[in-house]
Amino acid sequence: MAHDSLYTAPPSGAGVETEREGGRFAALRRALGSWDAAVVAALVVAVLLASASVQNFATGRNAQFLLLDLVPLALLALPMTLIVITGEIDLSVASMVGLSSTLMGQMWLSSGLSLELICVLVVLLGGVLGAVNGVFITGFGLPSLAVTIGTLALYRGLSFVVLGDQAVADFPPSWTAAAVRNLPGASIPAAVVPVLLLAVVFGVVLHATPVGRALYAMGNNDQAATFAGVSVARTKFWLFVVSGAVCGLVGVFWTLRYASARGDNATGLELTVVTAVLLGGVSIFGGRGGLLGVVGGVLLLGVLRNALQLADVDANALTIVTGTLLIASVVLPNAVANLRARLHRRRQRAHLTAS
Amino acid sequence: MSRTDTGASERVADHPPSGPGRPRRGLTERLLAVRELSLLIALAALILVTTMRNDRFLSAQSIKDLLLGCAILVILAVGQTLVIVTRNVDLSIGSILGLVAFATGELFLAAPGTPWPVALLVGVALGGLCGVVNGGLIAVAKVPALVITLGTLYAFRGIDYYWAAGRQINAADMPRSFLRLGNQTVLGVPVLFLVALVVVAAAGFYLRSYRSGRELYAIGSEPAAARLSGIPVGRRVFAVFAANGALAGLAGVLYAARFGTLDAAAGAGLELQVVAAAVVGGVAIFGGSGSVYGAALGAVLLTTIGSSLAVLRIDPFWQQAVVGALILAAIGLDRLLALRTAARLRGGSAHGA
Repeated sequence: MAHDSLYTAPPSGAGVETEREGGRFAALRRALGSWDAAVVAALVVAVLLASASVQNFATGRNAQFLLLDLVPLALLALPMTLIVITGEIDLSVASMVGLSSTLMGQMWLSSGLSLELICVLVVLLGGVLGAVNGVFITGFGLPSLAVTIGTLALYRGLSFVVLGDQAVADFPPSWTAAAVRNLPGASIPAAVVPVLLLAVVFGVVLHATPVGRALYAMGNNDQAATFAGVSVARTKFWLFVVSGAVCGLVGVFWTLRYASARGDNATGLELTVVTAVLLGGVSIFGGRGGLLGVVGGVLLLGVLRNALQLADVDANALTIVTGTLLIASVVLPNAVANLRARLHRRRQRAHLTAS
Repeated sequence: MSRTDTGASERVADHPPSGPGRPRRGLTERLLAVRELSLLIALAALILVTTMRNDRFLSAQSIKDLLLGCAILVILAVGQTLVIVTRNVDLSIGSILGLVAFATGELFLAAPGTPWPVALLVGVALGGLCGVVNGGLIAVAKVPALVITLGTLYAFRGIDYYWAAGRQINAADMPRSFLRLGNQTVLGVPVLFLVALVVVAAAGFYLRSYRSGRELYAIGSEPAAARLSGIPVGRRVFAVFAANGALAGLAGVLYAARFGTLDAAAGAGLELQVVAAAVVGGVAIFGGSGSVYGAALGAVLLTTIGSSLAVLRIDPFWQQAVVGALILAAIGLDRLLALRTAARLRGGSAHGA
């Protein structure tokens, strides 16, 4: 098991350990040298280009809207990253957001509970929705792709059952204003702060704890991870629960930001979330990728869409950009890897013939 | 139906049917029959309950509406089955359908005199081209179809929106002979449904009786083994995506003929319904097992649920939830059957050894 060997140093194998550390840093450097760096560089280029050529892009007001629009995407991408790294997928996230939103609306409408309590309940209920996914996937051993396509339909359907086609919009103005309020003295929305905090938490868990190493191990080989003592089923179950709880949180934010609880809130967002995660360099096969790249991917997606929208490109036609980015992000690295492998082989052959 | 078992029949199908092969194939066919039978029973029960509540549910008009409603979904489900059987998935079909439907309308706008068979061919060709893009990218990049088709889902839809630029095409812009295609009936059966039946029969026959059709199952059961046994996996997968694109193109033309009013959002979100139909129809999401008949029945079942909920006076908002529950039930059932058959097969091979 990877995390055992990395975190409990064997008493006699110090040499082995440093060697492995060296390999690890080399891997880290390689990762930074390739994908994460490419995403961040593309992000910087996009921001610079947009600031120079698109009117009103580099204004505080636009930055505020840009970041506010990205909050749901960024939040949902965090647990999705971990799930995809274990080789699973959760396509039901947008439906869970929708159901959380309508549950919040219905509770506010008819239960008479305080809004604070409702928010906590909605996050917990989101966790329960995720637990249902988890039970089907880890308990019954069903493929997560099929299960979450099922719950995508189920939860979206239930969210229409909860509120029908009406909307609940009479939330207290102090709450809805708080959702879009800026940090004092800056044009950055306050909602970014919890997102950053959660991103740090997820990043630390993924990259600096045994649990995180176990996630990569599972993604590379479920069975090997099991034999190495990782409780694969339990970890995956809790990942889906966390994903559900984050969806509950996003549901609360979405409802307050748009001051509207509706059954069709966040419809179709799941595909954008998956796109952002894959764009961030996470392998759909699992076992590869990091949180930094994903954050970069989310920002890149947001900046490009925002800039093009300001440049008067039809919002719906923008999906060309999303799609092309996604395809390029998987095709290019593979093409580069193939090329590199070919060059490597040729060099080795040259070596052999020389000696 | 069980994944393991069809895998076994697959291996049998690749070899001349020798002694031990025969009883296994019989078992497979029995299970196959059971799967489609259970769908038929569910469908019959649903229709029975609904008809008891309101006998007009079985009137000629209502049946016609039902057949008309499921035809497009059936065609798409057949194409998707071809793809899923090879352990791939195509999420872009909703976008291909929308793009082709809009292109058909544009064709009639640009050349009002176009005879409808030409429009049909153009639509199928355009859909096939989209499928070729999918298949080509997958073959070149060697990345999972899920990712590529997620990308082309956005790209094709974006092209559609860019092209449409907010315009809408109305029935008045299309020739009457073409629109009649969408509503005409032969002996009370809509033409659209007959087209769907032909597609189902052709694909079913191909998958069952052609060497390359059987090879699709082999690819889905174990791609590495298929490659080692000399099957041109890349070429087959490419062809399957092209075929699925062409079928989505066909569905797009039929969509234009049926609805008449077209904007760039036509067919949005259809991909999940289609995957749902295939999964409910017993097509294993990880390939190697399932039939187009099952998928077609799944599509019919999903459509029937939609219209019978309305008759049963159940809030139509429940429809999607029911579909979701049905998917979970179907894959749960598949899993259960697979475990049982696996246990039985293990027992059998132990005896044999």
